[in-house]
Amino acid sequence: MAAVLESLLREEVSVAAAVRWIARSAQSSEDDPGEAAALSPLRPLRKEFVPFLLNFLREQSSRVLPQGPPTPAKAPGSSAALPGRPGGPPRGSRGARSQLFPPTQLPSPAAEVPSARRGGRRRGPGPARERGGRGPAGLEEGAGGEGLPWAASRRPRGSGSPGSPSLARSDPPNLSNLEEFPPVGSVPLGPAGTKPSRRINPTPVSEERSLSKPKTCFTSPPINCVPSSQPSVLDTSPWGHGLPPGCRSLQEEREMLRKERSKQLQQSPTPACPTPESGSPLPSRIGNLTAEPADPAGVSSHRRLELVALIYSSCLAENLVPNLFLELFFILQLLTARRMVAVKDSDLEPSPGALDSLESPLFQSVHDCVFFAVQVLEHQFQVLSCLDKGTLKLLAENERLLCFSPALQGRLQAAYESSVAKVSLAMPPSAQAVSFQPETDNRANFSSDRAFHTFKKQRDVFYEVLREWEDHHEQPGWDFEKGLGSRIRAMMGQLSAACSHSHFVRLFQKQLLQMCQSPGGAGGPVLGEAPDVLSMLGADKLGRLRRLQERLVAPQSSGGPCPPPTFPGCQGFFRDFILSASSFQFNQHLMDSLSLKIRELNGLALPQPEPSDEDGESDVDWQGERRQFAVVLLSLRLLAKFLGFVAFLPYRGPEPPPTRELQDSILALRSQVPPALDVLALLQQGLRARRAVLTVPWLVEFLSLADHIVPMLDYYRSVFTLLLHLHRSLVLSKEGEGEMCFLNKLLLLAVLGWLFQIPTVPEDLFFLEEGQLEAFEVDTVASEHGLDGMPVVDQHLLYTCCPYIGELRKLLASWVSGSSARSGGFVRKITPTTTTSLGAQPPRTTQGLQAQLAQAFFHNQPPSLRRTVEFVAERIGSNCVKHIKATLVADLVRQAESLLQEQLVMQGQEGGDPAQLLESLCSQLCPHGAQALTQGREFCQKKSPGAVRALLPEETPAAVLSSAEHIAVGLATEKACAWLSANITALIRREVKAAVSRLLRAQGPEPAARGERRGCSRACEHHAPLPSHLISEIKDVLSLAAGPRDPEEGVSPEHLEQLLGQLGQMLQCRQFLCPPAEQHLAKCSVELASLLVADQIPVLGPPAQHQLDRGQARRLLHMLLSLWKDNFQVPVPLQLLLSPRNVGLLADTRPREWDLLLFLLRELVEKGLMGQTEIEACLGSLREAQWPGDFSEELATLFNLFLAEPHVPEPQLRACELVQPNRGTVLAQS
Amino acid sequence: MILTKAQYDEIAQCLVSVPPTRQSLRKLKQRFPSQSQATLLSIFSQEYQKHIKRTHAKHHTSEAIESYYQRYLNGVGKNGAAPVLLELANEVDYAPSLMARIILERFLQEHEETPPSKSVINSMLRDPSQIPDGVLANQVYQSPSLICLQCVVNDCCYGPLVDCIKHAIGHEHEVLLRDLLLEKNLSFLDEDQLRAKGYDKTPDFILQVPVAVEGHIIHWIESKASFGDECSHHAYLHDQFWSYWNRFGPGLVIYWYGFIQELDCNRDRGILLKACFPTDIVTLCHGVA
Repeated sequence: MAAVLESLLREEVSVAAAVRWIARSAQSSEDDPGEAAALSPLRPLRKEFVPFLLNFLREQSSRVLPQGPPTPAKAPGSSAALPGRPGGPPRGSRGARSQLFPPTQLPSPAAEVPSARRGGRRRGPGPARERGGRGPAGLEEGAGGEGLPWAASRRPRGSGSPGSPSLARSDPPNLSNLEEFPPVGSVPLGPAGTKPSRRINPTPVSEERSLSKPKTCFTSPPINCVPSSQPSVLDTSPWGHGLPPGCRSLQEEREMLRKERSKQLQQSPTPACPTPESGSPLPSRIGNLTAEPADPAGVSSHRRLELVALIYSSCLAENLVPNLFLELFFILQLLTARRMVAVKDSDLEPSPGALDSLESPLFQSVHDCVFFAVQVLEHQFQVLSCLDKGTLKLLAENERLLCFSPALQGRLQAAYESSVAKVSLAMPPSAQAVSFQPETDNRANFSSDRAFHTFKKQRDVFYEVLREWEDHHEQPGWDFEKGLGSRIRAMMGQLSAACSHSHFVRLFQKQLLQMCQSPGGAGGPVLGEAPDVLSMLGADKLGRLRRLQERLVAPQSSGGPCPPPTFPGCQGFFRDFILSASSFQFNQHLMDSLSLKIRELNGLALPQPEPSDEDGESDVDWQGERRQFAVVLLSLRLLAKFLGFVAFLPYRGPEPPPTRELQDSILALRSQVPPALDVLALLQQGLRARRAVLTVPWLVEFLSLADHIVPMLDYYRSVFTLLLHLHRSLVLSKEGEGEMCFLNKLLLLAVLGWLFQIPTVPEDLFFLEEGQLEAFEVDTVASEHGLDGMPVVDQHLLYTCCPYIGELRKLLASWVSGSSARSGGFVRKITPTTTTSLGAQPPRTTQGLQAQLAQAFFHNQPPSLRRTVEFVAERIGSNCVKHIKATLVADLVRQAESLLQEQLVMQGQEGGDPAQLLESLCSQLCPHGAQALTQGREFCQKKSPGAVRALLPEETPAAVLSSAEHIAVGLATEKACAWLSANITALIRREVKAAVSRLLRAQGPEPAARGERRGCSRACEHHAPLPSHLISEIKDVLSLAAGPRDPEEGVSPEHLEQLLGQLGQMLQCRQFLCPPAEQHLAKCSVELASLLVADQIPVLGPPAQHQLDRGQARRLLHMLLSLWKDNFQVPVPLQLLLSPRNVGLLADTRPREWDLLLFLLRELVEKGLMGQTEIEACLGSLREAQWPGDFSEELATLFNLFLAEPHVPEPQLRACELVQPNRGTVLAQS
Repeated sequence: MILTKAQYDEIAQCLVSVPPTRQSLRKLKQRFPSQSQATLLSIFSQEYQKHIKRTHAKHHTSEAIESYYQRYLNGVGKNGAAPVLLELANEVDYAPSLMARIILERFLQEHEETPPSKSVINSMLRDPSQIPDGVLANQVYQSPSLICLQCVVNDCCYGPLVDCIKHAIGHEHEVLLRDLLLEKNLSFLDEDQLRAKGYDKTPDFILQVPVAVEGHIIHWIESKASFGDECSHHAYLHDQFWSYWNRFGPGLVIYWYGFIQELDCNRDRGILLKACFPTDIVTLCHGVA
């Protein structure tokens, strides 16, 4: 492989040809025959070139290490005009660069350096032009003679002979570099003889390196070992306790190194010391924390670096590398390299012979690293310019970049200035509940009352659990399963009926979307804390702020440029809920529901292009359409992630099957299982319809949660193959008709690149897959204007979907602040997208020509018109159904009620069998349902045009408007009538049935006599005392009367009178009165009357006069009588007046006074409150009770008196009153 | 009316082992003149109920019932005019109405063939004149019906009258709230309308258009004509308020008789507490854009 690189360096082969050679298997006519000849023998190695190149670069950069004493700057570099800005404590930007991919070969030495500065771009015009570079020709000399095959060149290195050319130009010795100065007893290795097995830099880990994650991305596989602040899919779960074995050993290693580090820490002060402003390295104590200045003059081999940069950039451009952003991250690491691990003094001597060979290190100094990085960045400007404003600013302000390429700096500055600042404030991710919708949630949607009430409880338990999680999940030591598991399972246990499961799943899914769809909700610590404003402040302030922040904020790791799939923030709740519930039924229902929703959203008609419109108006439209796209995309990603999680849950394990046999048998089994969702078909459809930009991101989420076996299954293998082809085809520099928009491509590249780094995706997949790439021609069916060609992705969406791109900024920011990028705070905040409903599927189109005409009509109209019409039709259709329910059906129900009433009257109270009744009613009423269609049509005709008119722009041409109205009417009618004709009969039946059972129930004991008697006169201001107050007052009087009481307690007659007056007012007002209160008041008033009659009410006043005088008593009784007669609207239990107890109270009075009772009885008859006979009956039964002898006699006398006294008109009653005291006295005395 | 926990505890401290009579209430009012009577009564009632819940079981052992009944019979025999049951209830620190119920139940067991059903007992307590006290009618003050009446009217925390008063107060405040909403032109659905639509949990009012109160969004309003103490508030949260939140989003609870300030801690999570109808309601503007 190195041979290829060498022939490139020797300029035997042009970069363009090489890239063509790598990217395509077949020879191209563009190829120079000589070049082809040079490359053809190497053909079998073709696909190994890229991994080789990447590993080579990683390896070469492995010396850019933070530890070791300050390296003396190379002669020209230190005196350079522009001192590099020394940072503070070095961050872990330079990780242990071990092999990204298992190497197949090792680097070979010596190559010459062709120029071709900007060559190698895809389809460059040819070698001639590309060769016209500017590299100093002298560098080419001698290279040819040194063109040793790599095997030969390795020998001297392997022997580690100190004087060998490979070490000749190295930096001064670095005694702390264990690689070069291994502990005694270990086998010495030359610096360039790095073994592929070196995964972790064998030098003691410096603390900043262990804190920073980026380095881990250069291990292979990159993301297994990343300790993430977010719970990873792979940890905390019952089925995946550990990390893969390789990883585990890595961790052990790391643990050991950490110990080493802590020892170191004790010796050296922490790197919190302020950064000196001067460019010179600090004294040795903290010297190793500062950055070495980089100087273009110090670059060792321009030509060679340029060439490698060119090849590398070309591979990037052709998407030959798995992950574009990972490479960018790597490049930025090189750009911000602090210092080079020093090698021997003697190495400083340039050794011209080795200069161009691969034998000598590619990066001999920080200058080289920076030079190379800037070269690559120049090629990647297009991608860089799409990064967020903060990153652009940091790049533009990077002094190394300015120093090495003022031109690039200028372009970046311009890009920064033209970039639209988007500082958005994320809303706090507080949970919002899914609202209760009677249409789907009321009793009618459940099989039984019990199911309905069970679900009612479950909803509350679900939210209770959710709230508890919110409160506790961030507390240390809190465990989801321990805290909530049993409650969740108990709740799931109650979901017996399938219908309940689907209700619960609907709630679950809606809540999931509601809480996690907005990135704020998904946020958690990853989508960060530090507002964007910080990065706008500029480098100086930023550095200070960062340091301040780091003191305040606890270190928090972020996932690096390739974080494993996680469930950040609220998503963790739903993940843990699924795990804790461990319910097969729930998972199945959830998968069904998620699949359905994914299909629905994936197929959603999204914005159609509006080609010619380029004015502001369409811009406004696009805002909305982009937003809608973003909402749909984010929802899909979330749903797909959870679908993937649940679907692969049963198969997931920490590691692939140990043996080949086992794997084969698992494969045989698994290939039988149909996929949870036919993603292959959806992907194919998506590609065909040019909707990859919608389909691929969610598909990636789905696949990211697959288990180890999945990529080996034929079905998924095809999916991956398609994705690989797609990845290769997304060449960013291609522009023009039919091409995908730049940001759309970038999004796909980012998510695919991420997917290829997932541990479960085999490392070799990317490079082994060797299909006929040229044959990858998606037959984009007619749909010239798929989503892919529309600028649906914006920077926000890109960063929302791929927060790891923000790592670039963190890296740059940490360079500025000179601190380790640990708090993960520089990820862009993202505006929460609204959780608006996603709209419904467009209604099914009518058949035939009309439908085609309508389609054609919309074709040349702005898409908003179509959406408006469809929306209006959808809403009006739905309203129409509601309207019919409220009018026609309600009328029929009323008819049913009156029919039923009649029937009940006819058949007596029994009414007959309810089922029969219902049947007969329905058979009478259901035929009327036919009217629904007519009425529905009328409704749609009446309502739709107005709505369309209101929603379309005023300026819409009349013809367009009327067509739009017409179509809206048609669609609405179609929708409404389709529903009505299918459901009206059932609806009427249901409503009538409900009414009948309501009526039959109401037939029971209480005739519901509330009615319209309520309410007072319009003029009333409701100032009357409150019923509760009056009950309370009367209760107090009763309690005084019933005793016990203190001697000084009592009531005044005035108070009693006032009380009854208030009672009258209140009974007239009735504003606050409810029937139970009135009933109690009625009863209390009767009790009060009895106490008055028996003279039992203690009156305030002089001790002698503890009783009411008769006149007062009568006045009060009169008031009561008129209240009973005129004001009470509930039955007053007047017969209580003659209950044994109340009459018995009289027995206690001495002398007994019967006149008030007699007076009361007469008045009752007089006022028609009680009938004469009723009283007689009461009196009669009174006599049956056992009374003291004398009392019985008196009672008998009273009875006779009442009987004897004929019904007298009002005036004569006076006479009676006058007589009665005497009679009473007589009675008492007898 | 909004009390701090400390203020509340001070009041509650004074209520330990105080019988639920009007005299007690009067004393309480004198002790805390700055608090409204309704608030004090509500607190008293709640504290007393807590107390009764704690001690309920010990009054319902068969031994206890038997001993109470014997004491009742003895007392009635001795002195017709003495408030036998009231004294007994006060002595054993139990609610008079509930004591009356125990005795009535026992009394009926003795005098009826079949043991009385709960509803019969309830109905008799509501209307003591139904009590068949012919047996004892020769001395009206010893008649169970009058004794029961005495217990009921002298109990300010339990009994049918107290229940009715509480119910009436609740109803009145709902009406009051409805009027205030109408006055402010806030359209709403009330409980009955919601139930008719099939809602499974129904706050007093759901606003058809949400408003903001003190910066918090309000979708529903629940009226509570009582004092919001810890115990009742937590029960309400569990049974009602969170359920409303789960269905309708954030809302407002009005504790008309006040509440413990520290309980108003869920504002940000969507439960706002007030002791009166809010004055600064922000509504959605329908102005021209």
